[in-house]
Amino acid sequence: MKPAVLTGKHYMTGDEACAEGALAAGCLFFGGYPITPATEIAEHMSARLPEVGGTFIQMEDEIAAIASVLGASWAGRKSMTATSGPGFSLMMENVGLGVCTETPCVVVNVQRAGPSTGLPTMGAQGDMMQARWGSHGDYEIIALAPASAQEIFFQTITAFNLSERYRTPVFIMTDEIIGHMSEKVIIPPANQIEIEWRPKPQGRKDRFLLYKPGENGVAPMPAAGEGYNIHVTGLTHDEKGYPVMSVEAQQEMMTRLKRKILDNLDDIITTEEHQLNDAEIVLVSYGISARTSMAAMHQARAMGLKVGFLRLITVWPFAQAQIQALAERVKGFITVEINLGQIHLEVLRAAAGKVPCHLVGHSGGAIISPDQVIATLKEVF
Amino acid sequence: MQATDQSATVKNHDHPLEDLIRSDRIPHIWCPGCGIGTAFAACLTAMKATGHDLKKMCMVSGIGCSGRAAGYVKLDSFHTTHGRAIPFATGLKLGNPELDVIVFSGDGDLFAIGGNHFIHAARRNMDLTVICLNNLNYGMTGGQVAATTPFLARTTTTPAGNPEEPFNLPLLAWASGAIYVARWTILHTRELTECIQKAISKSGFSFVEVLGPCPVNYGRRNRENPLQTLKLYREQTIIRNNADPSDLAIDFSKKVVLGEFVDKERATCIENYDRICRLPM
Repeated sequence: MKPAVLTGKHYMTGDEACAEGALAAGCLFFGGYPITPATEIAEHMSARLPEVGGTFIQMEDEIAAIASVLGASWAGRKSMTATSGPGFSLMMENVGLGVCTETPCVVVNVQRAGPSTGLPTMGAQGDMMQARWGSHGDYEIIALAPASAQEIFFQTITAFNLSERYRTPVFIMTDEIIGHMSEKVIIPPANQIEIEWRPKPQGRKDRFLLYKPGENGVAPMPAAGEGYNIHVTGLTHDEKGYPVMSVEAQQEMMTRLKRKILDNLDDIITTEEHQLNDAEIVLVSYGISARTSMAAMHQARAMGLKVGFLRLITVWPFAQAQIQALAERVKGFITVEINLGQIHLEVLRAAAGKVPCHLVGHSGGAIISPDQVIATLKEVF
Repeated sequence: MQATDQSATVKNHDHPLEDLIRSDRIPHIWCPGCGIGTAFAACLTAMKATGHDLKKMCMVSGIGCSGRAAGYVKLDSFHTTHGRAIPFATGLKLGNPELDVIVFSGDGDLFAIGGNHFIHAARRNMDLTVICLNNLNYGMTGGQVAATTPFLARTTTTPAGNPEEPFNLPLLAWASGAIYVARWTILHTRELTECIQKAISKSGFSFVEVLGPCPVNYGRRNRENPLQTLKLYREQTIIRNNADPSDLAIDFSKKVVLGEFVDKERATCIENYDRICRLPM
């Protein structure tokens, strides 16, 4: 066996850093399907997982990939898959199964420009709303948006921790640019990496209720083969996990599924604030576009413009309270993202008409230049 | 004498499979005359008969009438999405190779929407036992044409008769690499049970097709009452073990061949992975 945590200083791509983050988090199963620009994550996992006692399988399509990930999670393994837009679309039904059955897993979307086959080798951030609403029905989801290879390493660990803590699929919404960019990545010693495991049930097995929540609203989760005789279904179910076809059962299940996320927003949402104290215009961005925004903010400050920057590390659930609070004192928002306005719509909604909200975005294929942000800033000021 | 002995040990309010059934979920959803219950009982009996640790035995189903089976078995059981029982089961097995994973689902689920997963699981010889209840149509949604519906048969989506030819499931399983393939009807419960037991006990991808009637949706539209379907199962079938898989098309105007068609050994997906991909210990 080789170590799961490759402590030391490395030069690696975002995709490789993502795979190493997963291994450091204790991931032992990867079910994948090749797709540009996420393939390198699968390739890296195919070599590394058997070295650390895990299992890699290349399934026949992305639907099978995510289904195998859910199955492996119920076998007690931390599990993940990685894909890009077209595969992300195919996975959506089983993401819903993961949400409904409260199955911890991590799904990485290395975004490329869509719709359809789009620009396979060129980055974009056009799947942000799909991440939120892509599967049918109402639900809450957690999605993180790292901005560098170093950060994708740590965010992948965080994604696993959140998925285990809240028993839900967690998305890493990265993009081709970060996925394929090589950067310095420092991997700390294993004992400095905090990893979490799903809460395990205690007490009598014959009286165990699969979906009876604990203190934080999350139910303990046994694995198959432990003698709990669990029944897991994507049908609306009660605490026992048994299907119940009624308006009341649906409401009860949905309330619990939503509340375990919404009651813990402070724990889940991470953002980074830059020069917001005196800011008149606030840039809102995430992922690779956060780096554009950071550069633009510094340039604008050098020009004497009071510009601040709110970086969304957690994109879903959305940092609504922060935008609401800022809307009371700033003069406007500019959302910077490589799409035609997705998180921009959330900023608009949270700002609720109190201040103007602008978008610097395009339909994908290239990083946004800080000049484009500066040009909009000049118009706004 | 034997019968008396047995009846003495079974209280008349106990079902012999009581310990494997979630009796708090009864009544089940299956219609009068449906064949799923018989196939399900054969499967549970076979699971017990293997002598394997039932704690390590799991059932995975997809969607549809047969897909409800997982909801009635008092073991770790998973009712997944339509067509995806096999890839889910694949993850479960790879996640914990100690588990005995049985996929119990219907023909629509396994061979139309899930057909791709079936052939790939057989190709890679994933250590799963797949039981397909073939009732020739989509029962849950009210009787639509399936990938197994006979040519010219009437369904709600082929009101003029089915213009397509059905799959020969054992042929597909054989061609895809299954190491064990058998077919029975729900009338042949003893043979069926024995074959399922064998299928579970074998390492690798094993497949058992069970023909079962769907009188409410299929029989009604094809002038076949439940008793007539069972008569077909008795009179229009022939047992021919090791038959050529290409001779196994289902046509009740001729004889439908039942039996055990494939029984061979091949290294499983997990055995090969451990041997080829893992570092020497």
